[in-house]
Amino acid sequence: MVTCKDFLRELSDFLDENVDPAVREDLERHISECPNCWVICDTTKKTIQVYKGMDPEPLPEKVHDRLVQILEQRCGKHESSQ
Amino acid sequence: MPSQEIDREPGGPSPTEAALVERARQGDLAAFSELVSRYERKIYRMARNITQNDEDAEDILQDSFLKAFQHLDSFQGQSKFYTWLVRIAVNESLMRLRKRKSDRTVSLDENIETDEEPIVREIAVWDDNPELRYTQAEMREILDKAIAGLKPIFRAVFVLRDVEEMSTEETAETLGLSVAAVKSRLLRARLQLREKLTRIFKRKGDQILGYV
Repeated sequence: MVTCKDFLRELSDFLDENVDPAVREDLERHISECPNCWVICDTTKKTIQVYKGMDPEPLPEKVHDRLVQILEQRCGKHESSQ
Repeated sequence: MPSQEIDREPGGPSPTEAALVERARQGDLAAFSELVSRYERKIYRMARNITQNDEDAEDILQDSFLKAFQHLDSFQGQSKFYTWLVRIAVNESLMRLRKRKSDRTVSLDENIETDEEPIVREIAVWDDNPELRYTQAEMREILDKAIAGLKPIFRAVFVLRDVEEMSTEETAETLGLSVAAVKSRLLRARLQLREKLTRIFKRKGDQILGYV
């Protein structure tokens, strides 16, 4: 019998689909009977999804310009030293 | 970088990462420049997420690409170039975190009590599609702020696993941790972020219950 604590311990592996089929079945049965764990599972899944779905913001222009500048200086030298 | 253009048919497919790496390895700086423009945003975000410091993130961005260029010869090509680049950037990030004297909470080697039960306090369903209720900039701010509230040991693991989408094994290798330690920290990071985001995204009127 899976307790809420057991479920929490397995939550990451459960969401990553990294548990044995028998364990998965027990965990699925638990969340179908435990509303709290269902909510925790659902909101943890959404937490992961929301981070995965977020594109990185554009690089600040000055940061990009300084990167290009330093690569031009250093990689150019690197090439000429070969 | 030189202004030399990458040879490409207008509207044609972009060169693959492997093709760009091969050309960069032969000294083609335009090819390396293309790799930079593909990945600079992600590397900067990762460095900023881990260090929580704009200046450090910029230094890490520059140093990572410089090191990658200087060590292209030692890149074996067995992993993806991007994974290799991430490893360089993570190492740079960790080095800076450890050097930063003002941050006394930084120890990736810190022993975490893995037997300790994770704590869950906020239990409430979320509004449907919370991302539609906020602008992209607002969402970024919410997500960044939540990550900033994690301890560095949790931040690094979460960023590599769930933002960069590296495998548990790759994350363990990159951070010098055991697979068990990565899993334990990832669970705690995910639950802590869930907790913070639930306070913002929960459906109005839902009761918050204590738990575990």
